Amino acid sequence: MPESPTLVVRVLRHPLMWPVLALGVLLVINVGVKPSFLDVRMQDGHLYGNVVDIMRNSAPVMLVALGMTLVIATRGIDLSVGAIAAIAAAVACTRIIGAGDEAALSTAVMAMTYAVVVCIALGAWNGLLVSVLGIQPIIATLILMVAGRGISMAITDGQITTVNNPWFSDLASGFVLTLPLAFLVAIGVLAFTAVLTRRTALGMLIESVGINPEASRLAGVRSRTIIWTVYAFSGFCAGLAGLVIAANTNSVNANSLGLWIELDAILAVVIGGTSLAGGRFSLMGTFIGALFIATLTRTIPNIGIPSDLNYLFKAVVVIAVCLLQSPKARAVLRAGRPSSPRPVPAKAGSPA
Amino acid sequence: MTQMTEPDVVTAPGTDPQPVIEMRDISITFGAVRALDEVSLRLFPGEVHALMGENGAGKSTLIKALTGVYTIDEGTVLVEGESHEFHSPAASQAAGISTVYQEVNLVPNLTVAENMLLGREPRRFGAISVREMNRRARRTLLHLGVDIDPRSVLDEHPIAVQQLVAIARAVDVEAKVLILDEPTSSLDADEVEKLFTVMRRLRDEGVAIVFVSHFLDQIYEIADRMTILRNGRLVEERMVAETTQLELVRLMIGRELETLERLDREAPNTEAESGTPVLKAVGLGRKNTLEATDLELFEGEVVGIAGLLGSGRTELARLLFGADHADTGELTVRSEKRRLRSPRHAIDRRIAFSSEDRKAEGVVQDLTVADNMLLALQASRGWLRPIPQATRTKLVTEYIKALDIRPADPTALMRNLSGGNQQKVLLARWLITQPDILILDEPTRGIDIGAKAQIQAKVAELAAQGMSVVFISAELEEVLRLSDRLVVMRDRRKIDERRNDDVSVRDVLEIIAGEAHPEGDPHA
Repeated sequence: MPESPTLVVRVLRHPLMWPVLALGVLLVINVGVKPSFLDVRMQDGHLYGNVVDIMRNSAPVMLVALGMTLVIATRGIDLSVGAIAAIAAAVACTRIIGAGDEAALSTAVMAMTYAVVVCIALGAWNGLLVSVLGIQPIIATLILMVAGRGISMAITDGQITTVNNPWFSDLASGFVLTLPLAFLVAIGVLAFTAVLTRRTALGMLIESVGINPEASRLAGVRSRTIIWTVYAFSGFCAGLAGLVIAANTNSVNANSLGLWIELDAILAVVIGGTSLAGGRFSLMGTFIGALFIATLTRTIPNIGIPSDLNYLFKAVVVIAVCLLQSPKARAVLRAGRPSSPRPVPAKAGSPA
Repeated sequence: MTQMTEPDVVTAPGTDPQPVIEMRDISITFGAVRALDEVSLRLFPGEVHALMGENGAGKSTLIKALTGVYTIDEGTVLVEGESHEFHSPAASQAAGISTVYQEVNLVPNLTVAENMLLGREPRRFGAISVREMNRRARRTLLHLGVDIDPRSVLDEHPIAVQQLVAIARAVDVEAKVLILDEPTSSLDADEVEKLFTVMRRLRDEGVAIVFVSHFLDQIYEIADRMTILRNGRLVEERMVAETTQLELVRLMIGRELETLERLDREAPNTEAESGTPVLKAVGLGRKNTLEATDLELFEGEVVGIAGLLGSGRTELARLLFGADHADTGELTVRSEKRRLRSPRHAIDRRIAFSSEDRKAEGVVQDLTVADNMLLALQASRGWLRPIPQATRTKLVTEYIKALDIRPADPTALMRNLSGGNQQKVLLARWLITQPDILILDEPTRGIDIGAKAQIQAKVAELAAQGMSVVFISAELEEVLRLSDRLVVMRDRRKIDERRNDDVSVRDVLEIIAGEAHPEGDPHA
């Protein structure tokens, strides 16, 4: 439609419009219930307040969701991220305990590096199943989703392993330049992913493979390499998330660490506007989606919803946001406008 | 209806010829674009009505207005004299209007019978009766002369058969109006004939058939009346028998005709066949796909491959490019023996291949025109070396201009372009990689005469500059017009090869028919 859109129309049509709006509404509700919700105070050179907590708490989901965004863009899905996070935590914690000097900086760095490398390898395993063996992504990653918990149990001997390393726990509770380190790590990975995909041709090729794999193959795109890369990257992100979660409690419980985080991550991606059908993706959308989920978690106690209604409330909000994003639902809301042509192709067999 | 002389086939004398559908002064506006401007269309029972016009003339929009896909802004639709408004495809179907679209619009992983009866499955005690469904599907298919198992999965059949299933589905509803939007673009001569037989039968049963096709010969063979559109406006309604082909083309397009005529080539390029071949295939074959085939391609030469659908013409092209793996034989690219393991390998050896299936194997719908054009070049550079912005802009602007791509907007999404323009973008995608060897499989299928002429002219120009081209098309005229050498294929093997010295369409048809099997086409 070659009409020149006004600024308002352009804003309304912007793909980030709905995620940002949803986040905004959630914040307004919180402030309405508790006017001091957004207050931030400075203490010991660190910022404190709900907003800062939301930033810190959003880090694990944000990390996982960034990797998930690229996987979803290739028409895939990675269900194993929670299990990979648990493995990362298990590997790092047992390494720290087994080291000569448990509290040393070098111990923390070595353990975390080792854990991340293991996770990249696990992601590559997923990529192998999907791209080389042609197993459907949901099945391929389901394998590691189930087996991964077992692996991390085996690594920790089924015990809750507690570590004592101040450098490691800083990953979750530390502050740099007054901001939570965990959030800065997530922002760093966001920036890295943005550069990786948009400053190179990787993003375009990922989208191309996601939209039309066969056309991409015939155009010479090495889709196998690309799919492999995104799963390995997703493993990397999940590993970092696992480290942040473990650092938060200075311990690893192989059974519960990162449990269901794959679902929150997929939700963050979808709320951010990336379609599960693959193709075009939005990293900023995912960023906002992850913030939305962290804010929602914070909202529940803030506005006084009983904790047993926790999941129900979350589900209702998520449905509302998804409806807001659905063009069909929006059209119903906007009913009454003069009819415009709907460029929806009629299915040959649309039942009456 | 006194201003029209009705031929005998159209209405029986003495009956009152009330149109079954009459669309009056229909206008539709998309944003600022007036897609249809006071267009009228009358459909009479028992006629085949051709809807003529270039791509973008408004044929599809008019059809979608009639089938309830688009909402009409102005104008009225009368069904047997009564005013109707169709707000959904379902409403239009309920009024007896059935449609078969150009692109097969079925569910690939359901069976043939399930596809045909989807949404109206016969039931027994509340559950779907599979036996009854298969029985009904088989009956309808046999009525059409299509002998396939209704229990087979749709995806197993070639596009042509899938198309026939789509038509069978539409016929099964006992429609008053049957709309066939380019049903023949992927059918071979045999199957077209089969379709025409069914169309004639339905017409004689009183169905009004709207027929859209780019093949003028088919229009003259089957249609009784036609409505000609240009730029969203009605040009004229005409009886086919009273209009010469030349008149019709002039009504449809006007000036592009000259481009076509100018192209009618000088002598074939004979010096080309000397020296070492750029591409040489010896015994190239693949099980159940193509028998061992030899082929040589010289610099600056256009080799045309003629043959019916399923003759192996597409299969040969795919083996030459490495899109499929060859089981046997040897491929030499510029005196270098190569086994092409993937399209990548071929592209690295400066071979380019544009697939016959534009939608599934060509365009990337949700990417921009610019990204689509640069995809192959970017893929061969690898993701770590993005094409610099300045080069991107330069290449894209250059090719949009050279191939007259419309809209001339690099940021437009590919899905919003017409078929002809998408095809030009795909051609640009390959030309940007600067190939030595260009394999074009049906590059002009389903696109309008203007774009067709432009693509043909470009191919001739590229060959003159030294590019070697393999040109495949179902339209023999087109193959003959462009090629220096002609390869004829049938039943998955090469049956003839000759220099294109005044070879006529009839000659080629005779070669193809020469040793015809009595059963005809293998997958019919």
